[in-house]
Amino acid sequence: MTAQAANSPMEAPKTARRRKRQNFEAYLFLLPWFGGMILLTAGPLLASLYLSFTDFDMLRIPNWVGLSNFVDMFTFDPRYKKALQVTFIYVLLGVPLNLVFALAIAVLLNQKVRGLGLFRGIYYLPSLLGGSVAVAVMWRQIFGGEGVVNQGLLLFGIDAPNWISTPQYALYTLVLLHIWQFGSAMIIFLAGLQQVPNELYEAAEIDGAGRWQKFRNVTLPMITPVIFFNLVLGIINSFQAFTSAYIVSGGSGGPADSTLFYTLYLYQEGFTSFRMGYASAMGWVLLLIIGAFTALNFWASRRWVYYGDDR
Amino acid sequence: MSIATYAPLPRRKAPISLPRIVTYAVLIGGAAIMIYPLLWMLMSSIKSDQEIFSNPAALPNDIDLSNYFTGWFATNPSFTQYYINSFMICLGAVIGNVLACSLTAYAFARLEFPFKRTLFTIMLLTLMLPSHVLLIPQYVMFARLGWVNTYLPLIVPKFLATDAFFIFLMVQFIRRIPRELDEAATIDGCSTFRIFTSIIFPLLQPALITTIIFTFIWTYNDFFSQLIYLTSPESLTVPVGLRTLVDSSGGAYGQLLAMSALSLIPTFVVFLIFQRRLVEGIATSGLKG
Repeated sequence: MTAQAANSPMEAPKTARRRKRQNFEAYLFLLPWFGGMILLTAGPLLASLYLSFTDFDMLRIPNWVGLSNFVDMFTFDPRYKKALQVTFIYVLLGVPLNLVFALAIAVLLNQKVRGLGLFRGIYYLPSLLGGSVAVAVMWRQIFGGEGVVNQGLLLFGIDAPNWISTPQYALYTLVLLHIWQFGSAMIIFLAGLQQVPNELYEAAEIDGAGRWQKFRNVTLPMITPVIFFNLVLGIINSFQAFTSAYIVSGGSGGPADSTLFYTLYLYQEGFTSFRMGYASAMGWVLLLIIGAFTALNFWASRRWVYYGDDR
Repeated sequence: MSIATYAPLPRRKAPISLPRIVTYAVLIGGAAIMIYPLLWMLMSSIKSDQEIFSNPAALPNDIDLSNYFTGWFATNPSFTQYYINSFMICLGAVIGNVLACSLTAYAFARLEFPFKRTLFTIMLLTLMLPSHVLLIPQYVMFARLGWVNTYLPLIVPKFLATDAFFIFLMVQFIRRIPRELDEAATIDGCSTFRIFTSIIFPLLQPALITTIIFTFIWTYNDFFSQLIYLTSPESLTVPVGLRTLVDSSGGAYGQLLAMSALSLIPTFVVFLIFQRRLVEGIATSGLKG
């Protein structure tokens, strides 16, 4: 930030008054943001912290119940445990696979292929549409009992189950739906790949490096910051996934709670059982989980992310 | 921004080598797999329900648009109302984000005031805050205000600059606008507000377009908050309306897929027109598409 022209020594006597006026103006510009910050962010954040220690149900005055919501969560509530398990599988499987596909296709597209714009558009489209209810409806039909996947398998004589209504498989159809949306990560990778200086590849070629060695020793280290960025973003977003599970399971998280995403269970507790104190507590634990994962990511990044020689 | 400028393709033909053939084979095969589900939905939407299952993979025997007609009127009120609601909410959200985020971004990028760094850090931290932790108190507040089943809980927050992504995007953009412009205007006697309205806001146009596009797509596809705040039949939007159709359509998959396919068209049109801007927006700021 350079100094403002108004603060130049020439106007020294007026500076104090001028600065006061400037501060006032700045706060006027920030008025909407301050309003949102207090009414819609800070206030609700503290209120939900308070509610998480109560039995609030929207109708009666909340009673203080101490830590019992949190104790319930981690000891008595089997559905909560299931929701955690389902969400962790979804995140820990979906995010890395999503990134592997995104990077692989980005590397292929970065080889000066013809029709780059068209390919990029086609690969990107699913991630633009993928979060919608419509795509979740489509997925439900595709993997249903008489869906197109099973019709295809039948041609090979395989009589497959209804993937959506079989507890062992239902979650993996959602993981697949997440992987299908690798387009936006791919675009970030592609931008990163285009920043890798060509000299590095030329130098590697002179040293006799093959394709794989160039990828392993030049490309991969150079784009670790981009991988890290995509990983952090991917984890934060996937923990909050909701729509696909809600639509595919019809809002139940079934079959047998096998698609009970964390946010879906939070929604059920808050808005169908009206256990809003419990739902607030769940929200706070989600915040802590996401915070912990992000902190862990930043801590681990020192060991593998390469920011160039100057750092 | 480098994503927009590609090295020109070499004039002479690249030698046809085995790795190159493999590259194209993988890319074309992959693209086919990626696009197939969407094509399947489109094809199924113009088939009769029997044909969806008897002839699932192939082109339809004849084009039958009746699914679109029956689907549109299968709910009460019809999809006309859902689309009106969706577009009204999108319009309100877009206006709110453009106005509130640009005002905020201008203050953070150009003006000096106490606690600026702290407040900027707080703004960035809200980016990572999952909305679920704010959900219950916000709902209680909006319910007490009598805003449930109105557009307000989905629009008013945008006028209070709650989408920090766009503030950040605009701050980055304003920092690249030369300060000399502001200084010259100050000497000419322009007030801070005048500098904002006549210099910064017009020059901010590329970032505003990115904001408009992403706000539209995110609001149009947002399911969670619309599911929570819109419950009366007349207030439903396209995503929540589709969910109603899922529950009520029973075995009528044709009309369900027709309405699903139709609901993707607004996003798809934005994609066709603004593909380059979407790509730039994602590549430069990591906006999730």
